[in-house]
Amino acid sequence: MSNEEIVYKKSPSMMERETHYCPGCTHGVVHKLIAESLDELGVEDAIVVAPVGCAVLIYDYMKLDGVEAAHGRAPAVATGIKRVLSDKIVISYQGDGDLLAIGLGETIHAANRGENITVIFVNNAIYGMTGGQMAPTTMPGQKTTTSQSGRMADDVGLPIRACELINTLEKPVYIERVSCHNGANILKAKKAIKKALLNQKEGKGYSFVEVLATCPTNWGLTPKKAYDWLEDTMIPYYPLGNFRDQEV
Amino acid sequence: MSDKILMKGNEAAAEAAIIAGCRYYFGYPITPQNEIPEYMSKRLPEVGGTFIQAESETAAINMVFGASSTGARSMTSSSSPGISLKQEGISYLAAAQLPCVVINVSRGGPGLGNIAGSQGDYFQSTRGGGHGDYRTIVLAPYNCQELADLTLEAFDLADEYRMVVLILADGFLGQMSEPVVLPEPSGKKFNKDWAVGIGRKNKVASLILSPEDGLTKHNYVLKEVYDKVETEVRKYEEYMLDDADYLLCAYGSSARICKQAITELRNKGIKVGYFRPITLWPFPYDELLNASKGKKKILTVEMSLGQMVEDVKLAVNGSIPVDFYGIPGGMIPTPEAIIERVESYE
Amino acid sequence: MLHEKIIFAGFGGQGVISAGKLLAIAAMKEGKEVSHIPSYGAEMRGGTANCAVVIADDPIASAIVHKPTICIVLNEPSLDKFEPLIQEGGVLIYNSSKINRKPVRTDITVYEVPCNDISESNGSIRAANMAAIGALLKVKPKLASLESMNTALYEGISERNHKHNPINIKVIEEGYKFIN
Ligand SMILES: Cc1ncc(C[n+]2csc(CCOP(=O)(O)OP(=O)(O)O)c2C)c(N)n1
Ligand code: SF4
Ligand SMILES: [Mg+2]
Repeated sequence: MSNEEIVYKKSPSMMERETHYCPGCTHGVVHKLIAESLDELGVEDAIVVAPVGCAVLIYDYMKLDGVEAAHGRAPAVATGIKRVLSDKIVISYQGDGDLLAIGLGETIHAANRGENITVIFVNNAIYGMTGGQMAPTTMPGQKTTTSQSGRMADDVGLPIRACELINTLEKPVYIERVSCHNGANILKAKKAIKKALLNQKEGKGYSFVEVLATCPTNWGLTPKKAYDWLEDTMIPYYPLGNFRDQEV
Repeated sequence: MSDKILMKGNEAAAEAAIIAGCRYYFGYPITPQNEIPEYMSKRLPEVGGTFIQAESETAAINMVFGASSTGARSMTSSSSPGISLKQEGISYLAAAQLPCVVINVSRGGPGLGNIAGSQGDYFQSTRGGGHGDYRTIVLAPYNCQELADLTLEAFDLADEYRMVVLILADGFLGQMSEPVVLPEPSGKKFNKDWAVGIGRKNKVASLILSPEDGLTKHNYVLKEVYDKVETEVRKYEEYMLDDADYLLCAYGSSARICKQAITELRNKGIKVGYFRPITLWPFPYDELLNASKGKKKILTVEMSLGQMVEDVKLAVNGSIPVDFYGIPGGMIPTPEAIIERVESYE
Repeated sequence: MLHEKIIFAGFGGQGVISAGKLLAIAAMKEGKEVSHIPSYGAEMRGGTANCAVVIADDPIASAIVHKPTICIVLNEPSLDKFEPLIQEGGVLIYNSSKINRKPVRTDITVYEVPCNDISESNGSIRAANMAAIGALLKVKPKLASLESMNTALYEGISERNHKHNPINIKVIEEGYKFIN
């Protein structure tokens, strides 16, 4: 597994500083994967649009320009940036509450326009930053502070599958769901993220990568148990794999 | 003592809403008000009510619009950025004369700002953050008990005047726990002939194309209600003003700091008291003017760069000097800073 | 006239916010005026947590505590943060099980209490906050009695956690006895 070393080496696009993330949180891993992909693609002047969510401070952890959007509006802000600076790599980094609840309109329309941006969607099945409320991706039966007896599909519906939803649109060029709960999956996640950024660099159009992620703090699990829960509960509902790759 | 419960402000407000008969709550998570939706998600089903975590604040206020148009008591709550998103809905509710209660547990702004308590939303609250010629009643509690009492009363005011009633609290008040005696419902009944779903073919709408005999007339109808509210609903508290040389004017959390400063200033022999507006709209202009008679100076204290101070100046209309002390961005003024400012007048 | 402004501070998981709340309930049961404000939200992620409790005979004007009269700190970052803020003549109780340095202030009364050790020797790894409460009630008996504190433990904690209360009560008593 010599490749695994690559995943964890320091990347020039990452800042040398500690993140504020909880132990076992995968936001930091996803940051690293983006940073490494940018390094490997030789991109030094990417612009990240930060979400409102635990990753709001992403611009403090990566050596790139950052623009902080209002909650859910990152794809619209990214659109504005990209339409002005069409030769810069623009990344919209969003959580599940941000992307699928308040920002669903912006998400669908940016995808439908085929904006030449890369959307990295970190799905941890909960509202992390606000302290563990139910998200559009919260699993059936999952207990949160606003679904204290567990998510009940009869009342609030079933979790939304973002990749499948976006896959109904014509314009996106790349749609993939990956996970980052163990080494092997992190490698696949890295590949997908790099591909999604390369597409943008080559002017191909809208790429969407959903990363299944953990929130041990609000799931009330240890980091180890959180990885297991992701694998046992989330992956069966959110199948991993590529949904679209125009070159395929 | 036994009926006192130590309650978080947010929870006291939520429980008071349930006591008031509110059975429909629609909201979206945002700190520092999350305990309201969390409490409602648990409590409302127990009393046969409905809780929905909406997909956004915009959706939440429009769910309130729908529930309110049936005549049901409904509410939403949020904090500053979320309240901004509700402004469109509030304008539509005001236009359609639909009653509802909106709680703003405000935080530091503008933008994402921070999650500490702040009073930067005074303009938004009192000047109508949404579009058009409308008003909302704005109530500003300063402790958990008052937050509970005013929330209960807000539902009656909303129904009586068919208006949106906004509770302007702040993060400190929402997060603070204090002993609370839960209020009793007033038992008042309100006529809701205007509601949909009662077999009267009623319309709830706000599109009125013709200016002459349409919208202009409707605006005057609203104005009549607002005039009535201005004469009937003015709340304020006066504290140690009788012999005071200086009048502090503050609402909500900053009034509490003033109260402490007043005790300490009086220990030093400086006579000072406060005037605390409880309704921010309607603002108690006449009452403040009266209270300021014979005083040397007013010091307005806010957790902002100075917003209510404009109403204070309108109230006294140049009759006495108005000074301002404020601190923005989620900071709370220290009693020492207020004391120092007042001492500088001597 | 009783008017104590208390700060409880420690790591996120040390239970300082709930300890503050229980103390407030105990004092409320005795007819005193109380208020409790926790640090909240992002402030709590990973780092330190604290709460401000005011207990007074007269109605409490400001519940915000800028200068505490009593500070209870369970970890070192909290000692660093709050020691300088304590009012002259105030009280500092610090958890010597987790704090290696000695406080430097000489104008306050300092009590060194090995809260974790007291907790552990009574069979719990989680009751350091209770040991601190016990010590506090001995140092400042006017805040609340041990009996009121016991009542608060049953009224302020959800029922499924009542099973921990016998140990909590024991640890409070041991913390109380530790001060002489
Ligand atoms: C308009 C508005 N509403 C609500 C919030 C509060 N808020 C901050 S982050 C967040 C959601 C976080 O969840 P998610 O997007 O899943 O990100 P995570 O923290 O889980 O990574 C919310 C609702 C806000 N800042 N602005
Ligand atoms: S709350 Fe959850 S998402 Fe946020 S930093 Fe902690 S583990 Fe990560
Ligand atoms: Mg999330």
